[in-house]
Order: sequence, then structure tokens, then C-alpha cells
Amino acid sequence: MDTNQIHSRLEKKFGSAIIALEEVKADPYIEVSADKIFDICKYLHEDSELLFDSLVCLSGVHYLPTHKRANGVVVEKPLFEIVYHFFSYSHKHKLTMKAVVSLDDPKIQSVEKIWKGAQWLERETYDMFGIKFIGNSDLRRILCPDDWEGWPLKKDYVTQEMYKHMRVPM
Amino acid sequence: MPQIMKKMIDDPNAPYGEHIEDQNILLTTLDKLLNWARSGSVWPFTFGLACCAIEMMATGAPKFDLDRFGAGVFRATPRQADLMIVAGTVTIKMATRIERLFAQMPEPKYVISMGACATNGGPYWQHGYHVLKGVDRVIPVDVYVPGCPPRPEALIEGIMLLQKKMSQERWVTQKYSKAQKA
Amino acid sequence: MSALKTEELIINMGPQHPSTHGVLRLEVTTDGEVISFVRTHIGYLHRCFEKHAENVDYMGVMPFVDRMDYVASMYNDFIYAMAVEKLMEIQVPERAQYIRVIMGELQRIASHLLAVGTYGLDVGTFTPFMWCFRDREKILDIFEMVCGARLLYNYMYIGGVSKDLTIGMIEKIKEFCDYLGPKIDELDTVLTYNQIFIDRTANVGVIPLDTAVQYALTGPNLRGSGKKWDLRKDETYSIYDRFEFDVPVGTGVQGSVGDCWDRYWVRVQEMRESLKIIKQAVNSIPEGIFRADLPRVLKPPVGEVYVRGEAPRGELGFYIISDGSPKPFRVKGRSPCFSAVSVLSEIIPGNPMADAVAILGSIDIVLGEVDR
Repeated sequence: MDTNQIHSRLEKKFGSAIIALEEVKADPYIEVSADKIFDICKYLHEDSELLFDSLVCLSGVHYLPTHKRANGVVVEKPLFEIVYHFFSYSHKHKLTMKAVVSLDDPKIQSVEKIWKGAQWLERETYDMFGIKFIGNSDLRRILCPDDWEGWPLKKDYVTQEMYKHMRVPM
Repeated sequence: MPQIMKKMIDDPNAPYGEHIEDQNILLTTLDKLLNWARSGSVWPFTFGLACCAIEMMATGAPKFDLDRFGAGVFRATPRQADLMIVAGTVTIKMATRIERLFAQMPEPKYVISMGACATNGGPYWQHGYHVLKGVDRVIPVDVYVPGCPPRPEALIEGIMLLQKKMSQERWVTQKYSKAQKA
Repeated sequence: MSALKTEELIINMGPQHPSTHGVLRLEVTTDGEVISFVRTHIGYLHRCFEKHAENVDYMGVMPFVDRMDYVASMYNDFIYAMAVEKLMEIQVPERAQYIRVIMGELQRIASHLLAVGTYGLDVGTFTPFMWCFRDREKILDIFEMVCGARLLYNYMYIGGVSKDLTIGMIEKIKEFCDYLGPKIDELDTVLTYNQIFIDRTANVGVIPLDTAVQYALTGPNLRGSGKKWDLRKDETYSIYDRFEFDVPVGTGVQGSVGDCWDRYWVRVQEMRESLKIIKQAVNSIPEGIFRADLPRVLKPPVGEVYVRGEAPRGELGFYIISDGSPKPFRVKGRSPCFSAVSVLSEIIPGNPMADAVAILGSIDIVLGEVDR
């Protein structure tokens, strides 16, 4: 199934939670609402026509005002995007899905109960951006030290001057 | 003092002593004998962190053989090692562990900083928020070997420079010489 | 005897350890000799690859991509170049495709030789390590002839390769192919079918297939558990569809399907298959240009792409978002070793301490890729 057919199947089941199908250059994606992410992912994992048994990649993206998203829209308020890439070994089709979260309250449900490999991927996204995944059994920093200040991959991140007794910048 | 002994002590081309061939006599000082023995058996500590560790392993492998310099016995524990070759990028999370491991090595100990990352941060100097810009911010370094990664021949040159540095030390003189105490 | 109270001991297999293949920390809780709980800590080699990629232009990201999986850096270059080429719809010339495949497969052999040699070192033998490094040096000689570097090449340009093959290279590669075949057979006699090695690795660290798929394991780890899935055949990219080769799958012949011996055996067989691909490629390489004609400053259109390929350690993917400027907006490297390390806390408990080292060696991780 290609992305158009998956989009129509999802729209039939979830209606307005599926926001749009964006036909961008190289890889089209489906944007969904962040509140229903767990139900949508569970359906993608269990439905016999879709059967996405592997979560390939989970990443976060940070946009500030005047940045352009992949569909060409210029962003007005800062926001986070969480991008999921799925693949199915039985049907051999893939899907890219995005959910948008605002910066005032960056939370989204965790999909760890569906794919166990999501636990570490979500920990990494939390470490880099500060997005909280509700339901993740072990949400703490994974790459940076536990007492690091700030969320490194955000566009307005400023490196701290000292960490314990070591100077961090050049 | 006889001329030959003066020459033997001061000659930079004979760091380990003077050999009188027809009588088969070796004239040397206690310091030089000690330094010859120590620099011929420097035991490194396996501290490979990143890409330079693969080149360090290749230096110990058959083609570039570090064992012929006496430095082939890589010890896994710092308590039995003389030399710590910091091979690879030092991150902030790892830096506290490096200090601890360096403190566990017994004196006399040496450090070779191998590669551009351990010298001053390497290719990650500009935007690396988690990279320590040079291992000499936490421990004292004796020899810097540049390269990304340095060839095995460059690492061998670094160890030979360290051997030369060791040959200039004067442990016995410092401890027992009356002239020093005066 | 029932009045004896036993306590659990927490041991730190710390960031510096001879057999952790890099800076990985395993906090192990043991009850006697048997491990009951493992907590994995990574991040000791986090070098901020994704932050650097947002601040340099597309071609400047190439050296950083090399240093992700530093044991197999030709393949990292290959997949990143493929990702940008898909985004910009660039056609790579034929000769460049053949050179890329030859270099990629040589790199796969070099990477597996290192994996096999260090696995022997973990398990307790020293000879295979020396033999594998001696053979690896021959491949590094070929790479040095091509691009001047031994370990981190920065060789693949976006649109082709940076330098053509020199005079005498094809003969040297053919000579190497004839040299390596008997050496792999020799490795079989000393390690693969060695009874002590089989006792150490068969039936140890069994990863069932559904666990492997849940944790998104790929590459030899997935094929060792019985699934015949290779991106070069099933989602073919570049010119791999022109070559004939098999995909080895673990069958549990020495123990059970998905144990350490199976994963190790898949790697040794993959070396033989890569030799087949290289022989076919050098016999049919065409003449021509080695690089597409591109402007100096690359400006991809607004969009995003996710491209994956079969790197020696699994499925390596790059997710690139472009906003039309010369610098990428976001680059995410999906690393196979990250998923492989996450499965450890489920596989290791229940085994004695010595088996933990055998399991860690069999999943073949490189910490530069785990931490990026």
C-alpha cells in the first residue's frame, strides 16, 4: 500500500485526528494530532492490512519563527515536530508520520508498549529536546550527563560555560 | 674526572652509556641504566575511546608491531600500566572517569594524547557542546601525536619521543646526589 | 545451609574495560555468578554529530558521517551521499556506482574481519585477532591507494566519488580476492569450528525473532535469528540488482537459532558473499566519468527524505530535512547499533558473567554510532 491508500484507511477510522497528507519532495508524510498518537499507532501495529511491526526511527525537530517546514509553510510560533518512521516486514510498505507539539507544554504519549525499541528512541528525543513522553517506563537523559543543563538540539541552545570544574566551550 | 667519563655523561648521542669495544666494558651511570631499562618496557594502558583506538590496535597488530619497542603488553588495569594513550575524543561525561583512572596509575606515569580530538577537540571544536576540548584540561600530557587518525607510524614516533624524554630523567641523581642537597 | 543469607552484588563493567568494544557502561547486578539485572549507560562518546550537521553545508557533513561508525566509514559515506542524491534527484554515473559498490563491499569485509578478530579476543583467543588484522591491512592498503587515508576516508562525493581508480588498482583488487578466499577457510578451521569456541557461544544469548523485530534489530543480528532480510536484495539500491549473491541466515545448526554462534557465522559467510560481488563488479566495471557535474554550492529543494542501506552492522538510515538553504535543517542518523545495545538489558540477565562478554561481542557494536 502506498501513502495515499494508508491515509484514506486511517481517515476512515480516525476522522479528524488525521490532519493532512503532505506530498513533499522525496518522501510524503501524514500529519496526525498528538492527542491520539497511541490509538493510531496501535491500529497501525495490529490492523491486518497495515501490520507495521517495526518502528524504524523516531526523531524530534524544533522550529523557531521564520523557519520553513518541509511542506513549505513558514512557522509563526515555535513548535516541536515528532517524526515516526514505520516499516512492515509482512507487507513491505513504509510510512512517515508526524505529530506537532507546542513549546508551552511539550508532552506526547509514549508508544513503548507497542514497540519495545521505542523506549530508548524516546529517551534520546527527551534528552535532546525536552519533550516528555508520558508512559515511558524510564524517562531520563541517555546521551548527556544526568545533571546537564538545557536541551542541546534546540535551535536557541547556548552551551553552558562550566560543568563541574571543566570549561566546556573552546 | 677522566675524559671518557665526562664524554659518557654529557654526550647526547650516547644516551645509555659508552661501550669500550676491545675490552668489552660498558661505562654508564645508574641513571642511564635505569632509563634504558624503563624506556625499553613501557606498558601501555588500553584506553581506546574512538577511531584512534582502531589505529592503536593496528599499531599493536603484526604489520606495525609495537612489541619490538617493548610496548606491546597492553594492560587492562591502570594499576599495572606506565603509559596512558588517550586515543579518541574525550567527552565531558568521560572526563571525570579519566581523572579517576589517571589517579589510579602508580608513579612514574606518562600520558600520550593521540589524535586531534584528545589534543584540542579535533573536528568537534566548534559546535561540540559535549566534547572536552583537549584532554590536557583534566590531566597532564607528555607527548601530543597529531592526526585524524594518526598513522601507526606516527604513534610509534610518539612513543619514541617519549622514550627520548624518559632518557633525560635523573631519578637516582635527584634522590642521592650530595650536590643536589647542598 | 538455608540459614546463609546471600546478597546481590552490583558490579560496574565500567566505561573502560577491555571487552566492551568502546566506552559502554554496564551496571550489572549479580546473584553469585549469575546476572539478574543489567542497566546500560551510553553517552560516553556523544560527539554532537547532529548539531554539527546543522551548521555546515551538505558536503561538509561528510567527514562527520565518517566518524559515526568509524570501523566501516566508506559505507556511511555511501548512504549519506545516496540520501542527498535522492533529495536532489541527481543521477550518479555508471562508473561511480561500480566504484562505490566495490569500495563498499571491501569495507564490509574489513569491518567483519575486525568484528570476528575482536570477538575471538573477547572469548579468549589471540591468534585470530592477529590473522584478521593482517588481512585487514591488505584492504587498508587498497583504500590508501584510492583516497590516501587508512581509516576515515571522506571519499564519496555527492554525485559520485572524489577520485577515480588509479592504474593498477583493478589488478590489485583481483589479487586481493584470490588471496582472501583461503584465509577465510583458515579462519574457519581455527575459530568457527573450534570446539571450545562452540561451547562458549552456542546456545548463549539467544535472541528470539519477535524480540529482534520489536527492538528493530537489523543486519547480521536479525539474520542470525532466522529472518532472511537484506536491504541489498529486498529494497535494492544503487546497482546491487545486477550482482548475484546469497543472503546467509542463521539456522541453529550448532545450538539454537539466534544464538551467538549463528550471528558470528552469518558474518563469516557474508565475507564470502562480498568477495563474490567484488569479483563480479571488477570484471564488468565500465569506463566513464566518476562524478556528476554539480554546482559548487548544493541547494536542495524544500522537503525531506529518509534513505536506508545495508551497512555492515545493520540498517543505517539518514533522515534529512531541507529548507532550501545550503545547510541542512535537520539530519538524524538512525544507527543500527543503538537498537542493538537496547536489547542487551533483555538478553543478558540469566547468564553467568562470562557469557555477558560473549553476548556483547556477538552483537558487534561500535560506540561512535551508538552515541553519534
